[in-house]
Amino acid sequence: MIMPITIRAIKKSEPGRMKAALIRIGAMILALAASSLFILLLRLNPIDVYLKMVQGAFGTAYRVKETIVKTIPLVITSLGIGIAFKMQFWNIGGEGQIAMGAFAASYFALYMNDMPKPVLLLVMILASMLAGGLWALIPAFFKAQWGTNETIVTLMMNYIALKWVMFLQYGPWRDPNSLGFPKIANFPENAVLPKLLGVHIGWVFALILVVAVYIFINHTKKGYEIAVIGESINTARYAGINIKKTILIAIMLRGGLCGLVGMIQASAVNYTLSVEITGGVGYTAIITAWLAALSAPLILIVSFLFAALLEGGSYIQTVFGIPQSAAEILQGLILFFVLGSEFFVRYKFVFAIKHPTTAGKGAS
Amino acid sequence: MEAAVSFLHAAIVAGTPLLFATLGEIITERSGNLNLGVEGMMLMGAVIGFMVGLATESAVLALLAAMIAGAGGALIYAFLTITLRANQIVSGLTLTIFGSGFADFVGQDLIGQIAPEKLRMFFRPYSLPVLGDIPFIGQVLFRQDVFVYLGYLTAILLGIYLFKTSVGMNLRSIGENPGAADAAGINVTLYKYFHTLLGGALCGLGGAYLSLVYVPALQEGVTAGRGWIAVALVIFATWNPYKAIFGAYLFGGLDIIGFRIQNLGINVSQYFIDMLPYLVTITVLVVVSMRKSREKAGPKACGIPYFREER
Repeated sequence: MIMPITIRAIKKSEPGRMKAALIRIGAMILALAASSLFILLLRLNPIDVYLKMVQGAFGTAYRVKETIVKTIPLVITSLGIGIAFKMQFWNIGGEGQIAMGAFAASYFALYMNDMPKPVLLLVMILASMLAGGLWALIPAFFKAQWGTNETIVTLMMNYIALKWVMFLQYGPWRDPNSLGFPKIANFPENAVLPKLLGVHIGWVFALILVVAVYIFINHTKKGYEIAVIGESINTARYAGINIKKTILIAIMLRGGLCGLVGMIQASAVNYTLSVEITGGVGYTAIITAWLAALSAPLILIVSFLFAALLEGGSYIQTVFGIPQSAAEILQGLILFFVLGSEFFVRYKFVFAIKHPTTAGKGAS
Repeated sequence: MEAAVSFLHAAIVAGTPLLFATLGEIITERSGNLNLGVEGMMLMGAVIGFMVGLATESAVLALLAAMIAGAGGALIYAFLTITLRANQIVSGLTLTIFGSGFADFVGQDLIGQIAPEKLRMFFRPYSLPVLGDIPFIGQVLFRQDVFVYLGYLTAILLGIYLFKTSVGMNLRSIGENPGAADAAGINVTLYKYFHTLLGGALCGLGGAYLSLVYVPALQEGVTAGRGWIAVALVIFATWNPYKAIFGAYLFGGLDIIGFRIQNLGINVSQYFIDMLPYLVTITVLVVVSMRKSREKAGPKACGIPYFREER
């Protein structure tokens, strides 16, 4: 008689931190292995490609700086997204909020720039945060009022924001002096963020915000309320938390951070406003925030690694002539493995031999 | 009159890719899985369908290949979310990134290629006997290409499947309460896998319509956000395949209206017209959520991974 062996997954009571980390590292190794197969398909040597990627991200002082420049928007956007996700508010409107923040900052940089540099920069920062916050507030209002699905609304608003910037770029804000491709004029010197230690000052903002968000989430009443709402709306209601108000505050904050990213990118990286301003950061940051388990310090590390992946990815594009899309496939592969690995962090397996007497019960 | 016929006719053509994708997502969400990878699966279907069409000049093989490509994307999502119970939203978003990378990569040497003559002939408008001669209605509905007719048929068949068969009832019960369905002896995992894959296959078809019939050529990012509109249309159609028909054609109309307005000599910026489908989607979502009723709500367990041990 054959006794079938069944495998059952059961939830772990308390996943060990060490073990969880090991599983995640294991997933990354598997992801690299899968990516290697893909690279072999391209008739390239995977080890060569990985070495060049590391070189592209960290090879020279200039490249390290570039990686840091790419890290800054990811960190700040991820922090904002992390706050919203903590509440189970599945907001994917980062792109639109970044674009609107950049738009508001650009208005002052281009048309109201008759101010001393520190004042102008401060005005730009405030304007961008307000614009991003308000843009995020629209779907949050619908959500809080009628429970409207925020995922789709925020996404639609991304498209609207980008069309708006496009309208400006090809229409009223088009620089008459630019011949050929329509573009908006570059910012004057006093609208450009200064540099500190060779990298624009955005990195200081990012570090300060990591600490501030960490304190806000873990050590303030509002932060705690946000976490409670995310765990259970009913618990929050019984505890007397003003749910609507908390949602709106958290989302304002989230949009404000994304808006700030728009200002930083326009002022310190692009020196102007364009449709390319967001560079997909709004979407990438969803992934980094999720991988970092919504924890502020981890967001810093994950964003840096992800920026290195992007920077290294664009370097191998030029070295090996691999198209941009190959980098997207690699990104997707790595994410699939990391997403899948969460299962092994949360569950463990039980092997059981099915006894003939009880076989009927479990079989389907 | 003639202008109205031509506009409505074109709206149906523009709405057909949306219809397939919406139907795919309806069937997926009915099984309790919110798959935000529609855009990615459409792109995979668009490029694979096109390539097979180019190589074989066979419409049937091209459509089959597009379905397999879409289902292949859905399989990744299904394995992650059903077997490994990963977060559905992040898994779907990742599928979109992967799918668009995959499509651009696989199709990079064929960008700008026009669909083969034989296929274009196969997919040219064809007036149905008798039906096509009905004034107005017939001219709009029944002088379309085969793919559009396939869309009508798929929507009606899915409606019957969902509401009139016992298998469809089982599926709906899984979307509402997988625990109860499981207790009643329904194989929840099998149902979820099958319908998520079927949904992916339909999304693949939607993509193939774009590259083989609508454009008809291979472009980078040929879907241009239609996958996301389809996700919104599911809510608009209240998870009902019949209503998806109207939703998809309405949005097809919005997609082409700007072009027509400018042809009339009315001066509106292209960029504002481009915003229309998105603005209307938001308005629709808000209105639907304002007058919420039990029937209009989605499957209750949609978005939540099912795990027997936690029942």
